[in-house]
Amino acid sequence: MTQLANRATAAPSGGRRRRSISNRRDNRAGLTMVLPTTIIIFAIIIVPVIWNLILAFQDTSFTSIAENGLANPFTLQNFADVLTDPGFWQSLGTTVVYSVFSTAGSIAVGLIAALAFRKPFRGRGVARSLMLLPYVAPVVAVTFVWQIMLNPQFGIINSLGTQFLGWEHGIDFLGKAPFALMTVIGFEIWRYFPFAFLFLTARLVSLPGDVEEAALVDGVTPWQNFRHVVFPQLLPVISLLSVLRLIMTFNKFDDVFLLTGGGAGTEVSAVRVYDQLVGSFDIGGAAANAFVLSAILAVSLFIYVKFFARRGEED
Amino acid sequence: MSRIVVQNRTFGVLRWVVIVILLIATVFPFYYMIELSFVPIEELLLHPDRLWIPIQDFTLDTYANVLKSVDDGGQGFGHFMLNSAIVAVATAAITLLVAIPGSYAVARLKFFGQRQVSTLFLAVYLFPVIIIAIPLFVGFSAIGIRESLVGLVIVYIAQTIPVSVHMLRGYLKSIPVSVEEAAMMDGASRFRILTRITIPLAMPSIMSTALYVFMIAWNEFLFALLFLTANRDLWTVSLGLSQLSNGIEVSKTVLMAGSVLLTIPIIVLYGLAERTLTEGLTSGADKG
Repeated sequence: MTQLANRATAAPSGGRRRRSISNRRDNRAGLTMVLPTTIIIFAIIIVPVIWNLILAFQDTSFTSIAENGLANPFTLQNFADVLTDPGFWQSLGTTVVYSVFSTAGSIAVGLIAALAFRKPFRGRGVARSLMLLPYVAPVVAVTFVWQIMLNPQFGIINSLGTQFLGWEHGIDFLGKAPFALMTVIGFEIWRYFPFAFLFLTARLVSLPGDVEEAALVDGVTPWQNFRHVVFPQLLPVISLLSVLRLIMTFNKFDDVFLLTGGGAGTEVSAVRVYDQLVGSFDIGGAAANAFVLSAILAVSLFIYVKFFARRGEED
Repeated sequence: MSRIVVQNRTFGVLRWVVIVILLIATVFPFYYMIELSFVPIEELLLHPDRLWIPIQDFTLDTYANVLKSVDDGGQGFGHFMLNSAIVAVATAAITLLVAIPGSYAVARLKFFGQRQVSTLFLAVYLFPVIIIAIPLFVGFSAIGIRESLVGLVIVYIAQTIPVSVHMLRGYLKSIPVSVEEAAMMDGASRFRILTRITIPLAMPSIMSTALYVFMIAWNEFLFALLFLTANRDLWTVSLGLSQLSNGIEVSKTVLMAGSVLLTIPIIVLYGLAERTLTEGLTSGADKG
C-alpha cells in the first residue's frame, strides 16, 4: 500500500526533476544569450540616463567635470533656471505644436494613402515602394533638397509661385516666423506619412472581409462603409501609431535643426538642448532641460497606458 | 441607390487624384535632386524652374568635384563615403551578433527576469536620444573615444539593438517550436540549435533587420555632429554634406551631387530588400 503510494508519487516527481533540469538549462542559456544585449543597453543607455540625472543636479561645465568627475556639489539651480526661463516654455510650446500637428498630419495622409492604394491597380507595387522613399532616405539629403526647392532666390517653388500663383515676392519658407514652423511640420508629414501608410496598409490587408461584404450587400455607401466598418477596425493601429509618432517627434532633433537651425520660431526642445550643450557649454542646464522633457514624456506615457491603453484592448 | 452611385464615382476619381498627388509629392524632390546634380550652378540660378536639362548644359563635373579628395581640389566625399560604410557595416554586423541570441532568448526561453528584460528593451526604444547625448559626449571625451568612428559605432549599436530584438523576436516566435524539439531530442545544445536550425530559418528576417540597422547608421546625423565635427578626416557623408552646405564656398549643385551619393546606397539596398524590410518593420512593431 505504502509502496504503491510511493511509486505513484515517485513517477511524477522524476518527470518534474527532468523538466526542472531542462528548465534550469533554459534559464542559464537564456541569461547567457541576453547578457550582451543587456550589458550594452545598460552601459550606453541606462547609465547615461542616470548620469544625465546627476549632471542635471550639478553646476557643471567641461572643466569642472574634468577636475572633479561626478563629485561636484549638488544644486537645484539648473532646474530653477530651466523652469523660470521663458525660452524653455516657448520651446516647449513649439515642440507640442510641432509634434501634435506632425503626428496628426502624417497619420491622416497615411490613412488617405492606404485607402487610395487599397484596390489593386497596375503598377501598385512600384508606386507603393516609391511612396516609402521619404521615410528611408537620409535626412540630411532630403532636408537639403527641400532647402533648395524653398529658397527665396532660386527655389523652384518660389519661382513657380511668382510666375503662376501671383505671389509678389518669393516667400522665405524657412526663415520667417509663421512660415518656418508650418514648413517644418509639412516636412515632417511628408517624411513620416509613409510610416503610417505602411502600418495601415498592413492592417487593411488583414481585415476580415465578411463584415464589409455584408455591409456592401446591404446597400451601404462607400463613406458609410469606411466610417462604420473599416475605420473602427483601424483605430487600434491608429492609436498605437499616434503614441509612437508623438514620442518620436517630441524628441526630434535633426529634421528641424537641418531645415532651420531652430530659427524663425522653430526652436523645438531638442534643438534648444543642443544649443545649450554645444553653443554655451552649459552641461548642467542642458541636462536639466533634457531631464524635464523626459519627465513630461514619461508622465504623459504613464497616463496614456493607465487610462487609455487598456480601454483600447477591450475594443 | 443614387447616393451609392454618386459616392462610388467621386471616390473612384478622388482615388486617382490622391495617388497622383502623393506620387508627385514623394518622388519629385528626388527627381529634382538628381536633375540639379548634373548642372553647373549658373544654370540653376538662370533657370530655377526648369524641369529637365538641355543636353548642352549637362555636366559630370559636379560629381568629379564632390568625390575628389581635398588635396586634389575636391570635397573629399569619397573618403566620407568610406567612413559611413565602415560605420554602417560594423554597426549592422555587431548589432546582429548581439541581437540574434538576445531575441532568441526573449522569444523562446524561459529564464529569470525574462519579462523585465523584454520591457527594458522596449522602454529603451522610447528614450529621448538627446538625454543620452550629453553624458555620452562627456564620458566619451573622458576616455578618449569621442573623436573616433569606434565611439560612433558603439552609440549606434546601443540605439539599434532594441529595434532589432523587436523585429527578430516577432519572426522567431513564428517559427514552430517542433522543428527545434526534434533536434533537441537528438541532444543538440541550445547554441547548436540556434546556429544550425533557427538562424538559417530566420534568414529573411535577419537580412531585413541588418538592412534596417545599416540604414539607420548610414543616415544618422546627431551623434556624428556631436562627436566628429572638429575632425574632417572622420566625417560621415551626412555630416560632410551638412557642414559643407552651411558655407558658401561650395556650390549648391556640387552638394546636390553629394546628396545623390548619400542617397544612392540607401535606395539600392531598399530596392533589393523592400519587401522583407516592410514586412519586418510592421510585424516587429505590431506585436509590441
